[in-house]
Formats: sequence, structure tokens, C-alpha cells
Amino acid sequence: MSSLILNASTALGLAGLYFLLASGLSLIFGLMNVLNLAHGAFFAIGGYAAWWVMDTLEIVSSLGLRFVIAVAVAALAGLVVGALVERGLVAKLYGKHLEQILLTIGLSYVFVALLGGWFTYDPRLMTQPAWFGTTTEIFGANIPNNRLLVLAVAVVALVGLLVFLNRTRHGLIIRAGVENAPMVRALGIDVGRSFTIVFALGGLLAGVGGGLAAVYFNGVSPSLGTAQLIFAFIVVVIGGLGSVPGTAVAAVLVAFTQVFANNYLATGLGSISVVVLLALVLLVRPQGLLGRAGT
Amino acid sequence: MKRVYPILIVAALFAVAPFVDVGIPFVFGTEIGSPGTLLVLGIALTFAALAVSYDILFGYTGMLSLGHALPFALGVYGTNLVMIHWGLPYFAASLVALVGGVLIALLLGSLALRTSGVAFAMVTLAFAEAFAILVLTDPLRIFGGEEGLPIAVDHLPDIFRGVVNTRYVYWLALLFAVAVFMLARLVVTSRAGRVWQAIRENEPRVEMLGLRPFAFKLASFVIASAIASAAGSVYLLLIRGANAGTTSALFTLGILVMVVLGGTGKLWGAALGGFIYGILDLRLSEVATSDFIADMPTWLGGPLSEPLFILGVLFVLLILYFPGGLISIPGQLRKARSARRVGQ
Repeated sequence: MSSLILNASTALGLAGLYFLLASGLSLIFGLMNVLNLAHGAFFAIGGYAAWWVMDTLEIVSSLGLRFVIAVAVAALAGLVVGALVERGLVAKLYGKHLEQILLTIGLSYVFVALLGGWFTYDPRLMTQPAWFGTTTEIFGANIPNNRLLVLAVAVVALVGLLVFLNRTRHGLIIRAGVENAPMVRALGIDVGRSFTIVFALGGLLAGVGGGLAAVYFNGVSPSLGTAQLIFAFIVVVIGGLGSVPGTAVAAVLVAFTQVFANNYLATGLGSISVVVLLALVLLVRPQGLLGRAGT
Repeated sequence: MKRVYPILIVAALFAVAPFVDVGIPFVFGTEIGSPGTLLVLGIALTFAALAVSYDILFGYTGMLSLGHALPFALGVYGTNLVMIHWGLPYFAASLVALVGGVLIALLLGSLALRTSGVAFAMVTLAFAEAFAILVLTDPLRIFGGEEGLPIAVDHLPDIFRGVVNTRYVYWLALLFAVAVFMLARLVVTSRAGRVWQAIRENEPRVEMLGLRPFAFKLASFVIASAIASAAGSVYLLLIRGANAGTTSALFTLGILVMVVLGGTGKLWGAALGGFIYGILDLRLSEVATSDFIADMPTWLGGPLSEPLFILGVLFVLLILYFPGGLISIPGQLRKARSARRVGQ
């Protein structure tokens, strides 16, 4: 029983990471029809930003406080890189979806190679507050605190994202844009600005995710995001392109499938089970769990 | 038939390469006829064929597959595994791998084609990644994991063994590349090929005209996959082993880069792109370790010593300024010049 709860907590932590990576991806796709292959690089940049703060900011002696700063810096790094990529490059190819996708592929090469060139490809260990390494007893199982942390942040991000989308004017425009971008443009609203917001927001979420992944995987390497990006794609397709609640549900589903198949079937089968899950969803519901038909 | 001549001329030029004993400074370290350089050329030719196969799918039919490394890797691993476990000779093993590749392409293609556009890209990526993970974690203990699987030398024909015989492997790669190019031209100019291009331009309209896009798209997917599997068999012979790198998502993106680099939707462009990519990929890593780079400060030299960095930057610049690829550059320059003349 306690191992079941332990695995469930691992899965929930992983689901949190997938959600942080996939929600931005799904929104960017929903609004702009751009598959952002550089999104994994945003994730890795967040991871390195957090690692760098933890490693160098020794003025702040409290590790807990330093970690808060690290995650804030990771978020900021993701936001800035996301906004710059959109304004500086993706926007130049406005209306050419394929070229935009190809551009993000080139960028993913560049970012990963930049990280590799600057920090080498050796994994870097993450300095962490002692509390993260200890466990909390829940229902008789000792749950590592870092899992709880990732889950908590992901839930906050989900709620924050839903509030932003459903309660603010920018969110309204983004939702309308996902639904029907030409119509929004016809009403005289600058969708281009929403593109930048969505890209920056996606970058921010991925940056936070990268910072937390550095804790979850206890370190960073340049391929941190690339490895997770493929699962994020699967999450996005299963959840339904452009749907934030769908992404959240699919993230949990994918993470549970992966962790439980790895632990109860055989190591390595987790990822393959996820692909089988994807194939099943495609057979039954090609538009994804909460996706709209015909898109 | 007169359009066959350019291919034959290029093929003849390549065919004499083993007898050329001058080098090309900066591009090749040794003379062209040396085994090392012949291998580089052979790999580049195989990549040219692979890029042509992907161009059928992506350039002509407009399907963005991000899993084209899968049929290629199936060819590489399949051929080697059949040689090792069933003891078949090389060409028979290649044929078995090809049939296997086609069956898997039929299955995965009909699944993935339930989606289209970007979702199709993500799904094909996921299928390819499942195989990559299968090879890396190797639960069946047959793929050799990260170390890869050395080629079953015992089952190779005599003329493909040993360094002295590199030229025969090279000629096989050349023959294969030429055959693929001819075949590709045959299919893209056929009636089906025209339907593919119509699907790329406007799929609903093709459906309106009473044709089933699904069948044509599946055909494009299977043909492209079959060629890629065959290219995998040739590649196995060149690098003398199956390598986990060929299964990776990065390799798929590499194939996409080849096609876009040369010119999407043009067979000559794709072939050129694959060829250049093959040479850059192998040679840039040597540039990376040169003294020139080592003397630079780390913040600059670090990224510059990464082949991926240079490829990535080139690719981004190409997308922004020459989206038609290398093959479109002469035409674009000519247009720019004549536009200037009109302006005067």
C-alpha cells in the first residue's frame, strides 16, 4: 500500500512537470498553430538558471530563500527568452506556420548547443534546501518533499493559468483567438500582442518547470528539456490541442501510466506504454480527450 | 528521357572518385580516393537518398513527419539483427528488413494518419521515440543499448569486407542513391505523385474531387519509409554497425534539416541538402577541435565547438532569408539582379 502511494506521488510530481511544459506548448499551438520545438530548450534554460542561482548566489545563506529566488530567476529567464524568440524571430514569419516550426527546430539546436558549449554536457548537481531531500509521512508512506513541491507549484500554475484565461481581458482575447483568430482580428484586436503574451507565458511556465525539474531529477544537463518535450507532445495530443484543462488531465494520465508501467511491468516499458496509450486515444478520439472535433 | 542525362553525368563523376588522389583543402582531410574520404562521401550519398525519401513525404505530399528516423533505424537494426540471428547473407537480410519496414510503416501510418498537420508531426515523433527508448533501454537484450550493435561481418559478401574494399561499399552507396533518385522522380511525376502535390496544396479540394486523400497519403508514407529502410541497410554497411544515434529525435530533425537546407519539394534540392549535411555533420566536429577554436575565449569558443550550434544557426538564417533552400539561391540572386537593372 505504501509503495503504491509512493509511486502515486512520484507520478503526480512528474505530472506537474509535464503540465508546466505542455500547457505553454498547447496554448501556443492553439492560438498560433505553431509547434514550438524550442520549448524543451526553454525548460532547460530554466533549469540552468535555477542551478546557477543555487550555485553562485552565496550571499543569501538561507537555502530556502535562495531557492525561491532561483525559481523566480528561472521563470524570468523563460519569460524573457520566450518573448525575445517570438518578437525577434517567430513574428518575422507571420502567417507561415511551417517556416515557424522549422525555425523553432533550428533554435532548439542552437539553445541546446549553447548550453552544452557554456556548461559542458556533464550533468550538474543541484544544491538544494535540506527539506527537499527529507520525506513527509502521508497515509503511512514516506513521500519525498520535492515531489510535493513540484505538485504544489503545478497546481498553483494551473489555477493561475485558468484565472488568467477566464478572468482577464488578455485571457479572453487568447481564448477567443484559440477559437477563431481571423474573427478576433476582424474585430480590430491586435492578436499579434496576444502571440507575444502566450509565448512569454509559455516560456515562463517552462522556465519554472525547468527549475523544478532540476530538483526532481537532482541536477541539470543540456538535454533536460529535449527528453521531456516528447512526453509533453504526447500530453498535448492526448489532452486536445489548445485545451488547458485537457492538458492537466492528460499530464496526470501520462505520468501515472509511465511510472506505474516502469515499476510494475519492467523498466523501460513506461515510455512505450505511454506511446501505446497515445495510439489508443488516437483510435478512439483523434481530437484528444478535451479537444474539439474537426480541428 | 533527356532529363536522365544530368543524373548520369553526376553519377559518372562520383563513380571515378576512388581513382582521384587529390584532396580538397578544408573539406576533406585526405585525398578523395582514400578509404576515409570515400566513407564520408558514401555516407553523404546515403543521406542524399534518405533526404530524397523524406522529400517525397514532406516536400511533395506536405506531411510533416517527425519520425522519419524510425524506418531508417529499422533498416539499420533490422538488417543487422536478421544477419546475426537468422544467419542470412547481407542482401537477403536487407530484403527482410525492407519488408518488415514496410509492414510497420503500414501499421503506424494508418494510425498516425487519423490525425493531420501538427498532431501528425507529434504522433510520428512519439512512435519514433518509443523505438529509440526500446533500443536504449533494451529490455529484450538484443539491440545492444547505447553501445550499439557491431555489424555481423561473417554474413557480408567478401567484396564488402575490410578497409581495402571501401570503394565497393562506396559504389554500392552511389548506385543506391542514383536508383532512389530515379525511382523518386518516377513516383512524384506519376499520377499518384500529382495527387500528392494536390493534397499538399489543398486537401479538402482533393476530397471534393472524389479521391480519398487517406490512401494517397498512406502510399506516400509507406514509399518514403521503404526507401528510408533500404537506406538504413546501406548505412549499416558504411558505419559497420547499428548505432542508437540513428533512432533519436535529433536524427529525425537532421533529416528535416537536410531537405530544407537543399530545397523542399525539389528532388535535386533534397539530394544536395542531404549530401552537404552528411559532409558538414562529419567534418564540423573536426573543425570544432581545431586550434583556431581552442584559442577563443570559452563563451564564444564553447558554442562554436558544437557542430549543432553551427548547423542550427545556419538553418535559422536559411529559414529567415532563403526559405527555398540552397537550390533556390541562384534563382533568387538572378531575380534580385534583374530587379535592380529594371530600377536603374
